[in-house]
Amino acid sequence: MTQSDIREEVLDILRDIAPDEDLTQLKDNQSFREQMELDSMDFLDIVMELRKRHRIQIPEDDYVNLRSMDSTVAYLEPLMKNIERV
Amino acid sequence: MIRSIQDDERIVITGVGLTAPNGDSLSDYRQALLAGRSGVEPYHIRYVGDTLAGVCHYDELRYQSRKDVRRGTRAGSVAIYCAQEAVRDSGIDWEKTDRDQVGVYIGVTEHGNVETENEIYEITQFNYDTKVWSHHHNPRTVANNPAGEVTLNLGITGPHYTIGAACAAGNAGLIQGAQMLMLHECDFAIAGGVSESIRTFGIFAGFASQGALANHADPAKASRPFDRARNGIVVSEGGCLYTLERYSDADRRGAKIYGELVGYSMTSDATDFVLPNPVQQSRCMEQALRRAGLNAEDIDIVSTHATATPSGDVQECAALRQVFGNSKRTHINNTKSFIGHAMGAAGSLELAGNLPSFNDRVCHATINVDELDPECELPGLVLNDPQEIDQPTYILNNSFGMLGINSAVIIKRV
Repeated sequence: MTQSDIREEVLDILRDIAPDEDLTQLKDNQSFREQMELDSMDFLDIVMELRKRHRIQIPEDDYVNLRSMDSTVAYLEPLMKNIERV
Repeated sequence: MIRSIQDDERIVITGVGLTAPNGDSLSDYRQALLAGRSGVEPYHIRYVGDTLAGVCHYDELRYQSRKDVRRGTRAGSVAIYCAQEAVRDSGIDWEKTDRDQVGVYIGVTEHGNVETENEIYEITQFNYDTKVWSHHHNPRTVANNPAGEVTLNLGITGPHYTIGAACAAGNAGLIQGAQMLMLHECDFAIAGGVSESIRTFGIFAGFASQGALANHADPAKASRPFDRARNGIVVSEGGCLYTLERYSDADRRGAKIYGELVGYSMTSDATDFVLPNPVQQSRCMEQALRRAGLNAEDIDIVSTHATATPSGDVQECAALRQVFGNSKRTHINNTKSFIGHAMGAAGSLELAGNLPSFNDRVCHATINVDELDPECELPGLVLNDPQEIDQPTYILNNSFGMLGINSAVIIKRV
């Protein structure tokens, strides 16, 4: 997956776990929490969805990388580069 | 000396919020019951396949965000809808209500089966890898979940819990709320029962294995208590929550009053896991009457529990014959014939459907009785068509459940 593919995939997950949010104006360099109502259970949902969809295991110490879209994509890129976008 | 009951010991119903397979408000539901409109429809659930169920169609998003619906349970969502509707119906100034003094007491037949089945299904898709087991599973399956979701949604900071009472749970929730008001554990109670049971395949499979799951080519005719051709239970979802207050409080604020809980009783059979015991059922009704200071012939309407199982209906009718066999005034009906068995919600929904009779003086019928089972023959049965009756004053509502749990409540017109 390219950076753009990964961004789309993360957006798709966010649409599922935060269905009331308007994501069209999401700023990639700002933290998700500043822009959306997300709590710790929601972040666990992001981790869970990546695990279910792509078998990606994210260690708890790395959760901090899921702060914003930019940091999430940067973190996931090496883990997802060999995954085909479906 | 008999002490007269003080106004702050009298418990009254001041609001009703409900969703049933044939109506999402008391007025729509009552209209359906008087029009003979069933809420049973074709239904498909995994592993079991095509079957029948009573399905609710209330607007989930009226009081919840999409995210709240996704995070919570169906029972929680049903409970929130009913609680919000009941509070609105009560006319209380909710913004000025001290939420520390509001209690939430919700009867459930079971809770957690739906969510656990979903997670097990999910891990089967991942070779039983428990790492995909949801972190939402525990908050969804704790036994207080439906009541807890109500407190989160309505900002209630008083006590909340569920009452596990099999299919007597709707009555049990109502009784619990009344008792907590009498004890001054709260000043305003939201009480009744809810059910999400149609979302667990296990309940259908279990009843089928027991030979107690209804089937019929016409879904509207599948639930047929007292009829000779009855062949089991139609499983339904639903909810009905009441706002309860002490009469003194309700009177002070000029609240509309649906009725007063003047008697109740809960008993146990101590005889069998599933088979009912008419001796204990009749004792339960008699105890409720005695506590209310009433005789059988004072009761205008008995709302029966009968679920349309071949033996269960006969047993309840034996109990009813024992208590009401000589009453010329009492009319007897059954709501499950319209909506199926709403499990934890059954008791409170079936009572609610009868409450409007205090105003419209009509006893709704038991539908689908094409040929009355002679063993279910009872004086006062209202069959197939609603019946105009003299001004009713008392309704007795039965709800019984597995493990031999019996309940009866008596509501008086105020």
